Amino acid sequence: MIAFLLKRTANAAFVMLAVALLAFVIFRFFGDPVEMMVNEQATQADRIELRERLGLNDGFVTQYTRFVTNAVQGDFGISYRNQQDVMVLIKDRFPATFELVLVATVISLVVGIPAGVITAVYRDSRLADMLQLSSIVGVSLPSFVVGILLILVFSVSLGWLPAFGRGETVDIGWWSTGLLTPSGRAALILPAVSLSTFQVTLVMRLVRAEMLETLRADYIKFARARGVPTARVQWRHALRNCLMPVITLTGMQIGNLIAFALVTETVFQWPGMGMLFIQAVTFVDIPVMAAYLMIVSLIFVVLNTLVDVTYAWIDPRLRDDTAGTNG
Amino acid sequence: MENTVPITARPSLRARISALYENDLWHSFRSHPSAIFATVLLAIVAFTALFAPMIAPQNPYDLAALELWNSEIPPIWNEAGQWPYILGTDTQGRDILSAVLYGSRISLIIGFASVLLALSVGLTLGLMAGYFGGWIDNVIMRMGDVLLSMPFILIAILITAVANASLPPGLKDVLAAPILVFAIAVPSWVQYARTVRASAMVEAKKEYVQAAKLIRVKSWRIMLQHILPNCLTPIMVAATLNFGVAILSEATLSFLGVGIPPDQPSLGTLIRIGNQYLFSGLWWIVVFPSIQLCLIVLSVNMIGDWLRDALNPKLR
Repeated sequence: MIAFLLKRTANAAFVMLAVALLAFVIFRFFGDPVEMMVNEQATQADRIELRERLGLNDGFVTQYTRFVTNAVQGDFGISYRNQQDVMVLIKDRFPATFELVLVATVISLVVGIPAGVITAVYRDSRLADMLQLSSIVGVSLPSFVVGILLILVFSVSLGWLPAFGRGETVDIGWWSTGLLTPSGRAALILPAVSLSTFQVTLVMRLVRAEMLETLRADYIKFARARGVPTARVQWRHALRNCLMPVITLTGMQIGNLIAFALVTETVFQWPGMGMLFIQAVTFVDIPVMAAYLMIVSLIFVVLNTLVDVTYAWIDPRLRDDTAGTNG
Repeated sequence: MENTVPITARPSLRARISALYENDLWHSFRSHPSAIFATVLLAIVAFTALFAPMIAPQNPYDLAALELWNSEIPPIWNEAGQWPYILGTDTQGRDILSAVLYGSRISLIIGFASVLLALSVGLTLGLMAGYFGGWIDNVIMRMGDVLLSMPFILIAILITAVANASLPPGLKDVLAAPILVFAIAVPSWVQYARTVRASAMVEAKKEYVQAAKLIRVKSWRIMLQHILPNCLTPIMVAATLNFGVAILSEATLSFLGVGIPPDQPSLGTLIRIGNQYLFSGLWWIVVFPSIQLCLIVLSVNMIGDWLRDALNPKLR
């Protein structure tokens, strides 16, 4: 088990180093950092001095090592655009994205699991057919289109819910939350629903497939034969056994949701990390881009590794060599 | 199926055509109304998009043809609607129907091209990794691991952003489409490579490959003629589903403003433009390109889903 743990950790570290290399290459070679940082009146001497101070004359490996060392300590440099510490910028925006992703995940589970059970249990009913059809529509709808349509219906036509911003927020330490005020909660509804559309269909399809398999198992037949009520067999005995893959999927998808939140955040003008990133892309603010890339990849890699390790901990058969290569 | 036909006597044309009709796949297609519906829908969309210059009432790229007094006309079923602007016009007097047809053309072409690029790269690298093994395998698959450890959309945005930052402004707009194709293909080749690698590894150990090696058949020939055909089925399904993903990605990137520029808009660019008028009551500018985009992706996904079930031997 310890060998497996070490191997997976080494694997994750390798991937993060590669991502850091990518971020570093982007940072160093696309646009000259010195030109981005100095103002128009700077003299040649100023530039040379800054170049020396930033260590841009050092060798590639030295610079890369310094970049990684700084990144590990949370130092991603200064934003070109507004001259602020990049880490501070991201820390300010992180709660907004996190709350959006959290609520979207909850929605996907609350809607997706029952829908999946229903489509599996009442396989030939009209309701199941409709749910199946809506699941394929859900996969096909781009999340920004869902967002725009939600705004058109619920904000423009009906005027029920706000279409942009986060509403009022409350600060708890450095964390600003919108969950504690009515306007904050109202502002969260449309973005969270539009972000969760894809995830709902994913959960639903997975639960359906797992349920169809589980319902054929012997212990289900045995429970029926013992006289356990049908609904109880389906919703307790069978569903429980389907939840493990759902938890895995949810865990692994959180990284994807954080990345996809940047689309939702653009549609709803939601002040999260994703909007910060898109603005950085527009203004070629490379330190912010590099930091965002590394942080999102880190979340992604950590979650994947955790899922793998948990699985190996539960099921020792996965600890052998093949588990690592098949990922 | 072809193996059963003797090489010397080619079957008659009629026999070959009837064999086509008795095909399992064709049979499954005929018994799935959703697959037929999706194929017809996609065919109509593709046809009208390809022949847009002949079908569309207006050339939306020709700025001289746009009349400002024809701007902001609602769709034809509205009281203020005007012929021939069936789906209305935007704020510059551009006919929405024409813009949607031309936009679908760009979206479809970019989607198709990026799947093709990802396929050719993925198949080549996957075959090499599985067939040669060793360090070649290691380098290729590690590269894939790194790509898969970052969200798809993030890689695509980064590539377009870096390309936009390093190209001169004039070249940027001209190269927008090839850059997008590249940006979408980079994160998607890994899936093909993994699939092919798995079956190439199995096949490479088999006796017929050893025999072929022994009589000095060239490596590339063994890979292309003997190994590749064995993994075409899962590749076909993946490519179809990825076509939908590619179109969605193009639209998303263009919507975010890092894709196709607004002078020759794709569907995503049209939605981005229309999004600005969301609160001024001009809903048709954004709604019709959105519907078209959804129809395209929906029909591709329905075909992909059907194909996956039809080609899955377990479900037969």
